[in-house]
Amino acid sequence: MYDSLTNRRNFIKKMAMLSAITAAASMFPGIVFASEQEKGIPDNANLDWKKGPCRFCGVGCGILVGTENGKAVAVKGDPNSSVNKGLLCVKGYHQIMCIQSKDRLKTALVKKNGKYVETPLSEALDLVASKMKESIAQNGKDSVAMYTSGQSTIPEGYIASKFMKGAIGTNNLDCNARLCMASAVTGFLTSFGADEPMGCYEDIDHADYFVTWGNNMAEMHPVLFSRMLEQKAKRGAKIIDFATRTTRSSTASDKSILFEPQTDLALANAICYEIIQNGWVNKSFVEKHCSFSKGLTNIGYGLEDNFQFTDKPEKIDFEAYKEFLKDYSPEKVSKYSKVSVKDIKYLAAIYGDPNKKVVSYWCMGMNQHTRGTWINNLVYNIHLLTGKISQPGNGPFSLTGQPSACGTAREVGTFTHKLPHGVVTNEKDREMAAKIWKVPVERIPSKPTYHATEMFRAVDRGDINFIWVQATNPLVSLPKTSRYRPAMEKKSCFVVVSDVFPTPTTDVADVILPASWHIEKGGLYGNSERRTQYWQKMVESPGEATPDTWMFIEVARRMGFEDLFPYSKENHVEEIYNEYRQFHEGAKHGMAPLEVLKKESGAIWPYVNGKSTQWRYNAKYDPACSNGEDFHFYGKPDGKAVIWQRPFEDAPEKPDQEYPFWLNTGRVVEHWHTGSMTRRIPVLHQAMPNAYVEFHPDDAKSLGIRNGKNIKITSRRGSCTLPASINERGLPTKGQVFVPFFDENMLINDVTLDSFCPISKEPDYKKCAVKVERA
Amino acid sequence: MPIKSYLAHPIAGKKEELMTALVSLGQCEVIPAENQNILVLVTDTHTEKEDEILKEKIEALSSLKLLALVSGFNTSQ
Repeated sequence: MYDSLTNRRNFIKKMAMLSAITAAASMFPGIVFASEQEKGIPDNANLDWKKGPCRFCGVGCGILVGTENGKAVAVKGDPNSSVNKGLLCVKGYHQIMCIQSKDRLKTALVKKNGKYVETPLSEALDLVASKMKESIAQNGKDSVAMYTSGQSTIPEGYIASKFMKGAIGTNNLDCNARLCMASAVTGFLTSFGADEPMGCYEDIDHADYFVTWGNNMAEMHPVLFSRMLEQKAKRGAKIIDFATRTTRSSTASDKSILFEPQTDLALANAICYEIIQNGWVNKSFVEKHCSFSKGLTNIGYGLEDNFQFTDKPEKIDFEAYKEFLKDYSPEKVSKYSKVSVKDIKYLAAIYGDPNKKVVSYWCMGMNQHTRGTWINNLVYNIHLLTGKISQPGNGPFSLTGQPSACGTAREVGTFTHKLPHGVVTNEKDREMAAKIWKVPVERIPSKPTYHATEMFRAVDRGDINFIWVQATNPLVSLPKTSRYRPAMEKKSCFVVVSDVFPTPTTDVADVILPASWHIEKGGLYGNSERRTQYWQKMVESPGEATPDTWMFIEVARRMGFEDLFPYSKENHVEEIYNEYRQFHEGAKHGMAPLEVLKKESGAIWPYVNGKSTQWRYNAKYDPACSNGEDFHFYGKPDGKAVIWQRPFEDAPEKPDQEYPFWLNTGRVVEHWHTGSMTRRIPVLHQAMPNAYVEFHPDDAKSLGIRNGKNIKITSRRGSCTLPASINERGLPTKGQVFVPFFDENMLINDVTLDSFCPISKEPDYKKCAVKVERA
Repeated sequence: MPIKSYLAHPIAGKKEELMTALVSLGQCEVIPAENQNILVLVTDTHTEKEDEILKEKIEALSSLKLLALVSGFNTSQ
């Protein structure tokens, strides 16, 4: 009795403490309580601490999980991790609390006569395999599809790719990372010929300026932002927030500059114009290491089913590029970007000052953009023209939102066009995959099929008859869910969803497979700075919950591919990683051996001669540089990075008389993505229980809207009702509203537009036109 | 048996002093932020009266600038 009362009081004290920490996190960008978890642990606790990466965002903080009697009881930041140096954000500290949720999926559920029936996992996997085989037999290989995740571990992504492309022989594999960083990939590939940032987080310790492009790091990447704030306090480093909405990041920055949605394209060109006009070009760098190209213009928005686009690059020279930029003088751009000439010149002067080191950071603001590839190219242009790249404290750096968007989606390659090394269209890359996978090369198709948006359009059209969704929740996260939810409910497609918790996506499944959570399985993630991190299984899964990798293997074996998937249940993570590493052997992308990853808090690839490569393309740090110069952009055949001529083009849908507001969507510090995990963590849910719609106070006043009043947001696709928020978390510009997308009860993606960048195929969640009315 | 949590804002440069003072009062658990001038404070008292007296003592501390209540619970004896 006494014990239970004491435990209850301790629990309540813990809740009280967490409430205060969460409140502090929402008030102070990047606030960190490093000792919080340890304080809650009794002195005599005999905890076993195991290291791993955090489950949530792409920063890849190192965590230590304390287990006792087979249960995870505490989380603290890993002081040995150079990523977070012992710090964690409010989500990171609380992550393990979700696994005890009462509605955890513990058994397989099969829909029978409209009702879910608990089914032995083995029987459910039999059904999945038989349905997949049936669909292939009746409608061909391209009638089956798999939609995975930037949260899939490296082994999960690798087995999904081998299963779909190597065993079955279809490229119908894509992932939700298409929705968050595909534009960064195509940006890097078109400019440098190789994906992922050239720098690393240590840039934070060297930069004089951080320019954040459409990026609310205080809420989305709080630990990195806290490292930037530390440099601000310690060395006087400056943070410039360059965005379309005032956020927690803006208020903590040295300067906030707001621009009209979509005009970042013109503004980046205006910065380049100023750099050239003022003689700030690093001429020797540009002459030695850069070439100039232009591509097609008026490239469309992907709004039609089966939209196709292929760019046609054409070489140009510096003079032609300079001539093109004449349309982007600060005076001209200021008129439609709503950024003053003074502020454009201020930004250009920061980049142009040869004595200042500058890092540009971005995430969804630039990537979720109908010209996402272009705006990535344009920011690289700024760094290339000034030679501020691939050096400590100087460089462009795209951040990721998911823990293994880089490690799994980009490096393993769980996109329709990708292979673990290279792309399906390249014969040599197919031959390499065929050799390692031990399959006939003819089995791997040479043409990409469906990217994420088009995959769900194909489900709607009846072209896909079987889809397996793993570790993601597309019926909350896709744009225009008002089309794709009814599509997934159609009888023409058999839907399998493997997840840890019930979601709006499991609600439409024919089979729900119970997946093990993060620490209930071993795995590897790759973060934004090319760091691969390993963790071992720390606790048992409840019920029949099983690692996704193993469920993929079981289904592949049931379909007759036993010989391709010979892994052991006990050691499959290690066996798969060792097989996968063969794809990246060499100085340009060598991965660290597992023995190293077991000991260290991750290693950055290229891992060469026992050492991580922190700055690629710089001969001082990167052993792959071989041209005898200081820099070598070896991703391109001529060893030169490309400065792209990319114009400003309008968004596909702009506010008009009928739909007079821009709608911008995004996230909040308390919740991660669709909230399926963080909404099951009581303290985070209490701190931010539901979504809302932010208004500028002038708009609210003219519409007679008060805080908390229910507002109906309507677009040409659908509508969503949410409470109004004025002058609370964020402040949109006049004529704009903002809604976070984490709340499955207020589906703002019913309203968004499924337009996408024609090159990256990444949708734009930041710009569409809506009207608002009191509900 | 009230349990309450607060955000305690120290006077500039007096974070350590405030921490020490709070801990010495008893019935207080303090968690300092690593990188901000703020403390999380959890108080655990036996009665409403005791809670009131403790709060008065806290508010009288010279190193405290502002005390903001975040949550309050009252459990059975």
